[in-house]
Amino acid sequence: MRGGVLALLALLALAMAPAAALGAQPRASFNDIEDEVMCDTCNVPLNIAESDRADQERAAIRRLIARGLTKQQILAELKSTYGPGILAKPQDSGFSLAVWWVPVAVVACLVALLATLLPRWRRRGRERGEERAQARAPTLSAADERRLDEDLTRYDV
Amino acid sequence: MKRSAIPIVVAVLAAALVGLLVYGVVARRDDTSLDSAVRKGQRPPAPGAGVMLPVLDGAGKQSLGALRGKVVVLNFWASWCGPCENEAPVLERAQRKLAGSGGTVLGVTYKDDADSSREFVKKYKITYPSLRDDRLDLAPKYGTTKLPETFVLDKAGHVVAMSRGEVSQDFLLRAIDRAQAD
Repeated sequence: MRGGVLALLALLALAMAPAAALGAQPRASFNDIEDEVMCDTCNVPLNIAESDRADQERAAIRRLIARGLTKQQILAELKSTYGPGILAKPQDSGFSLAVWWVPVAVVACLVALLATLLPRWRRRGRERGEERAQARAPTLSAADERRLDEDLTRYDV
Repeated sequence: MKRSAIPIVVAVLAAALVGLLVYGVVARRDDTSLDSAVRKGQRPPAPGAGVMLPVLDGAGKQSLGALRGKVVVLNFWASWCGPCENEAPVLERAQRKLAGSGGTVLGVTYKDDADSSREFVKKYKITYPSLRDDRLDLAPKYGTTKLPETFVLDKAGHVVAMSRGEVSQDFLLRAIDRAQAD
């Protein structure tokens, strides 16, 4: 019984070994990298670029994959050779930071603008409604008012 | 924050965003200051003389400034550029003409794979040296965004003539003569 359990454990360990190795060192996929790299002469991502330079970049990525480099290593290698502009994802430093904070600033501006304008619009709407209601109310002459009061008194239960 | 201050803050932020947009557009515009100076007949100093670039065929780095005292034909090229193939023989002929007087053609590869550049050199039997500008340390200083582009420098390191696009034999010979004359 104990021997059987040990044998089963050994088999499990053998089956999981390649998966663990892959987890530690994921093999880079060309398609996964291609859309994260720019064609640096066409200024479009490599996966939609059609040019001799794009083909050259694709060949370079394939060579790096063949060397067994991981995706991160390949991106780092391309960045160190051709500069940060080769990466499709904007950098999180320097002027490129604007790509991240500008949308946040735009949303903040819109929220602030709405927070300011909405209460005003609502207040104005309310005031206009009251004015309209007042304008719609019939005005009674002094004689009509006296007669109405008399009628109401008469029908008072 | 007072309510009356919010529109002001929003207006300032909106103005900042518009400013950023304008900066982005202006910063991306091609630098044509060299073109206008050369067109006016001036000889502006060659930019980036101190920029050190790796040598394509061999180890080490070199700068344009190291060639001061020589007439230099600075040519930006890449192996993926069709017109660069057409003008390679023209530049090689210019190199032979310059070599006798101590001048040189200096190639600078632009966004090119080094192995492909070396194959190009071999294929077109190029004898003049080339440097690699993979990270674009030099090309933008010349306003170079398309290939090929050629700049002829006199012995003092000033730009005498320039050609954006495929260079012709006539243009190059005339420009070299002018550069050598002074």
